[in-house]
Amino acid sequence: MDTESTYSGYSYYSGRSRGSHRHGERSRDRHKVRSKDSRSEKSVTINTPPAEPLLGDSVVRGEQVQDDNWGETTTAITGTSEHSLSQEDIVRITKDLEDSVGLDCRRYFTLTLAVILGLLVFLTPIAFLVLPHLLWPEKLQSCGTACEGLFISVAFKLLILLLAVWALFFRPPRAGLPRVFLFRALLAVLVLLFVVSYWLFYGVRILDSQDDNYQGIVQYAVSLVDALLFIHYLAIVLLELRQLQPCFSLCVTRSTDGETKHYNLGQLSIQRAALAIIEHYYCDFPVHNPALLSASKSRAAKHLAGLKVYNVDGEFPAAPAEGPGNNAAAGLAHSQSRAMIAAAARRRDSSHNELYYEEAEHERRVRKRKARLVVAVEEAFTHIKRMQEEEQKKAPSDVMDPREAAQAIFPSMARALQKYLRTTKQQHCHSMESIQQHLAFCITNNMTPKAFLESYLNPGPTLQYSRDHWLARQWTLISEAAVTSSLKDGTIFLLKCVDFSLVVTCKKIPYIQMSEEYIDPKSHKFVLRLQSETSV
Amino acid sequence: MSFVPGQPMCVVAQQIEIKKLRQGDHLILGFSIGGGIDQDPGQNPFSEDKTDKGIYVTRITPGGPAEAANLMMGDKILQVNGWDMTMVPHDKARKRLTNKKEDVVRLLVTRKTLEEAVKHSMGYPNQCH
Repeated sequence: MDTESTYSGYSYYSGRSRGSHRHGERSRDRHKVRSKDSRSEKSVTINTPPAEPLLGDSVVRGEQVQDDNWGETTTAITGTSEHSLSQEDIVRITKDLEDSVGLDCRRYFTLTLAVILGLLVFLTPIAFLVLPHLLWPEKLQSCGTACEGLFISVAFKLLILLLAVWALFFRPPRAGLPRVFLFRALLAVLVLLFVVSYWLFYGVRILDSQDDNYQGIVQYAVSLVDALLFIHYLAIVLLELRQLQPCFSLCVTRSTDGETKHYNLGQLSIQRAALAIIEHYYCDFPVHNPALLSASKSRAAKHLAGLKVYNVDGEFPAAPAEGPGNNAAAGLAHSQSRAMIAAAARRRDSSHNELYYEEAEHERRVRKRKARLVVAVEEAFTHIKRMQEEEQKKAPSDVMDPREAAQAIFPSMARALQKYLRTTKQQHCHSMESIQQHLAFCITNNMTPKAFLESYLNPGPTLQYSRDHWLARQWTLISEAAVTSSLKDGTIFLLKCVDFSLVVTCKKIPYIQMSEEYIDPKSHKFVLRLQSETSV
Repeated sequence: MSFVPGQPMCVVAQQIEIKKLRQGDHLILGFSIGGGIDQDPGQNPFSEDKTDKGIYVTRITPGGPAEAANLMMGDKILQVNGWDMTMVPHDKARKRLTNKKEDVVRLLVTRKTLEEAVKHSMGYPNQCH
């Protein structure tokens, strides 16, 4: 069943991209059960146009298709048509549309609120200074030197405030979080209250009474700007500085293959911590490869299919009168499962043996193919040579740019590379086009064959692979505590993606009590410890 | 055989008399000693209490006078010809044993099995189990 769900994720992307012959492969996968031992079956691959990613899930799932004719121009006619979309695709597309509209609305709403607040804040001091001149210019005292000096200070402080607010708040958003960012909301409310109270005071004491002491008014405006700068300082401390010092150690485990990493974070709310973890995930975790899980799934299926339990006795004898149905059923299920567990324990199964030999065999095969690959690539690289500047002028014929050079030497290593990728179940991560691009890149930068092979021998972080395949558009945060509450010792939450989920547990870094001990440098003295043996 | 330095100790001891053998220019006894108050007591393999800085017999030459006199490896030497051996430096112990003027050394030695033997023989008539 989980092959189905993982599948719909891929089929969504295939619905978007042009040409979807993978639907043909999907129909092959549905007949997987029938053709389970099709290891030796030779099936025909479908031609891939160069810009097409090679999403061969079904190839990866059960059958080990041994055909390595990568560049061959053959097409297969399959049951489903090319542009069919399943029901799941349609549901998924509509849901994404709704979500994107909803999210955009919210983003624009917050953006407009922020802009309005910003304008209010910036125009207030200027309004304070200008309004007396507009409303009662004849009563106003003239502005002396000290007063004019204050104008300069207001101007510069406003400029600094403008730059600081731009630096702190107006940055492209990294992500859309489920709930409101609590601290920002609080700060906005604080600023609003503050400005409103200043306006109230101004309105009552200065506008109504038409105060003529202009210097006092200017000083009032200066005090407003100072207070705004202090609120900005508070914002820096709350939003940026507070979470810098690490307080918690988070253990992140990927649910499908157990890949675990640990990160240190400061005091954050759960949603911000989740965001930080997702960003680390893209940079640190090796890419999720569903193909590698098929072996354990088949073993699990074999365990389940081993035993069937039959109930020989007719009625359940000790069922009470009030709730016979539930109790009997529960008791029956209980006894069935216990019987199955007992039988499984007693059964002498040799699946561990199979696993051991299978893994040894696989290891051997991988190493053999790797050796062939390394030799093929090294040989291919010897065929091209970089031309020096002088030579370029002398021999203008048969000169190639990196892309052509890559295309020229690619066929000699294509087969070995294809075989290796199939053995390590990575062939859906790399398309022919991407391999040629990588080869051209390595040739341009004078990299050795070993450097070229590095990205194929070791699975890199998710970001390394092409954008369409591996960047999930949406992560779901599943948490028992409210997501705006801060991290605590023992907090557990889940980050669910289409294919897998990340389980995050949180542990507090302990309070450390340190004491000092002074050692006099002259106190380092030593003695010889001997044990001699003398014969007498 | 635990002891507190400076306090009298109570052990079962055996007297062993060894006649020195003349080999060329030297008088030899046929065993090796280890230990002493200037040595590291923790490295002594024969002592029970690893703070014991006494003199122990570490090796017996096969066929030598010490073996003939029933001296055993691991014995702790308490006295040599009346001189105390429990609180001496290693070199002093060697000198007491290799005095050219003496032909015979009378050692007072103790070992764990002595104490067990005595306990066994003493407790035997009283044992009811």
